[in-house]
Amino acid sequence: MKKFLALILALSMVFALAACGESKAPEQPAEAPAETPADAPAEAPAEGSATIQVAAVSTAFTDNYPEMWTEIAAAFEAETGVKVELIEDKNLEDVIGPSMQGGEYPDVVYLPVGRPAALTEQFVKDNLLADLSDVMEMTVPGETQKVSEKIADGFLDTSLTNPYSDGKTYLAPMFYDPCGLFYNAGLFEEKGWEVPTTWDEMWELGDKAKAEGISLFTYPTTGYFDAFLYSLMYAVGGPEFFDKATHYEEGIWDTPEAKTCFDIIAKLATYTNPVTPAQANDQDFKQNQQLVLDNKALFMPNGSWIAGEMADSPRADGFKWGMTAIPAVKEGGDRYSFCWFQQSWIPAGAENVEAAKQFVAFLYSDKAQEIFTKGGAVQPIIGAAETVDDAEKKEFLAIYDDGVKPAMGGFASYKAVAGLGSVREVFLDPVNGLVSGNVTVEEWVNGIKEASTQMLANLQ
Amino acid sequence: MEKRKGMGGFITLCLAPAVILFTIFMVIPTLNVFRMSLFERGAYSPTETFVGFNNFKILFSDPKFITSMQNTILLIVVVTVVTFAFALTFAAVLTKEKIKGQNFFRVIFYIPNILSIVVIAGIFSAIYKPENGMLNSILSMISGKTVMLLWKDQPLVVISVIIAMVWQAIGYYMVMYMASMSSVPMSLYESASLDGAGRITQFFQITIPLVWTNIRTTLTFFIISTINMAFLFVKSMVAKGMLDVGLSFMYNQKDAGLYGYSMAAGVVIFLFSFLLSAFVNRATKREPLEF
Repeated sequence: MKKFLALILALSMVFALAACGESKAPEQPAEAPAETPADAPAEAPAEGSATIQVAAVSTAFTDNYPEMWTEIAAAFEAETGVKVELIEDKNLEDVIGPSMQGGEYPDVVYLPVGRPAALTEQFVKDNLLADLSDVMEMTVPGETQKVSEKIADGFLDTSLTNPYSDGKTYLAPMFYDPCGLFYNAGLFEEKGWEVPTTWDEMWELGDKAKAEGISLFTYPTTGYFDAFLYSLMYAVGGPEFFDKATHYEEGIWDTPEAKTCFDIIAKLATYTNPVTPAQANDQDFKQNQQLVLDNKALFMPNGSWIAGEMADSPRADGFKWGMTAIPAVKEGGDRYSFCWFQQSWIPAGAENVEAAKQFVAFLYSDKAQEIFTKGGAVQPIIGAAETVDDAEKKEFLAIYDDGVKPAMGGFASYKAVAGLGSVREVFLDPVNGLVSGNVTVEEWVNGIKEASTQMLANLQ
Repeated sequence: MEKRKGMGGFITLCLAPAVILFTIFMVIPTLNVFRMSLFERGAYSPTETFVGFNNFKILFSDPKFITSMQNTILLIVVVTVVTFAFALTFAAVLTKEKIKGQNFFRVIFYIPNILSIVVIAGIFSAIYKPENGMLNSILSMISGKTVMLLWKDQPLVVISVIIAMVWQAIGYYMVMYMASMSSVPMSLYESASLDGAGRITQFFQITIPLVWTNIRTTLTFFIISTINMAFLFVKSMVAKGMLDVGLSFMYNQKDAGLYGYSMAAGVVIFLFSFLLSAFVNRATKREPLEF
């Protein structure tokens, strides 16, 4: 009897523990159709019965309005009858990553590129995304217009939505934010300084500010240089140069345009507040942003989310956010502000691709925008900017109204190769060293040239 | 005979859960690491290509990996030496000397150990802040002029990480040594002092040899945990790419979509930590002394 009891106990322990490891979600066939992302098998879900899983990363927008995605899910269900199961987390990669490695995918993922874990980039590199071109031709649920008719110009022409330059859309553009240089408009008024429109004026201002003990520049982390570098490349050489550079064209880094870009960043490094690199990490980057609020640095590259992000921080008297585009190289030259936007996508291995596509289309409806507005998020649909109530954000969004051109795009995706660093490691991270003097401009440029050759060879 | 057999079955059953779990969650994943290091694949891609030892070949010529391993070794050596020196001294002082508030100090020293790394990173970010951070303020006060050391920038960043790691580890090892030191009989010290041995001689001639087995065990333990801790501290405290250690290199490669390559780095670090502990175990072998 005792033996029997022991047996039962031991067995129940094994089963209890084994059960912990099992997941609730239904089994996904291991041979996920990865090679043929375009025609992933998807049985159209019966109206009202299907449930889709939507994974959305929590950002400043959800901090502003935590109910955002819940309301979107409810509105979508009311419109189409498809239930939505939400997964929300600040570190979404850690939540959905392991199960995706096991072959279980959410149906829709809202996770932008450019995050440290680079999950979206990996899906792009490995061709694991479902083709969304037909979503752009779908009618927005509950409306009469097509998705592509609602999305503003330019958002569907970049490598951030069409990563393989084959005219097909794999990532749906989401919430956009103009990026540029942020400053204390109150300080400029007080001192009677003009906001510079060319780099020469910028350096002049830098010397003036230095005399008053204020540094010209700071940056939160080197990651914020991506938008800065893109706008700078546009300002220096226009769209043509930008296109060539982001596709790593041979010899592009030896051109005078490239040299101007390097020179400007190198010179800017000498005007940067010296404490910046010591705080340019994920723990302390807000202290760098604080330098602008405290009038210890004049400009920093950032995006229009900054006002919300630093809303509770102490600030100098008379502080007022101002935003300006990247200065022109010559008097009268073009000025650019990078238009940073996020992405939603459908994994090729998702189970309910059809319902997922409907959900993505629904994200461009006026009803969805109404909900997003509460969190301060603006979809790249025509007229969405007018729905914003927040005065500061509205002002930032209006940057393109006075002659500033939008810069869009990014470095082309290349196949991962062992020993070859990421764009951020090669192009941006050495800026820390430039500021503190541990890296020379020559080392930095040579690193870029060397890596760029390899990136070109592995272009996707 | 019959009884013994029943006993064996019972023992097997009792051990089974642990063995099964250990196999599923430790042995199989570890073997998998070795297997995957021979393939080229992305973390989420279901396809993989066999590349043999190619990953290792690239790894050993990758300057970033070599720097990361150098950083790892530097941290292991310095943090171990400093932590053990402090932990042993504090333990000896707290067990042998009559100090007011002994228990209070014991608790104070132990607290860092129960804090999460994120909290520690937060504390040290306040300490290392360039402007009006604690450390720079104290230095300014002592020197009489404004000190603006950039603790989290090159080249001081290594020292900053070392200080944080030592601070975090001391308490735990101190408590361990206190336990074994207090079991050393007082009579040994009494007779030593009658023979004219001072406190320092007593510490090196009596205390250290008698707790040597304990030191040896904790040393192995500590070296392996430092490899992990170095990664956690660097990840939470330092700007990306400024001070990479072995494991953060491994993570970066995974994030770059090179799963096989990062597993190869994992294999090297695994073997490195194994060999290092074996070597330390060998080098510290002494005839065990008993009292």
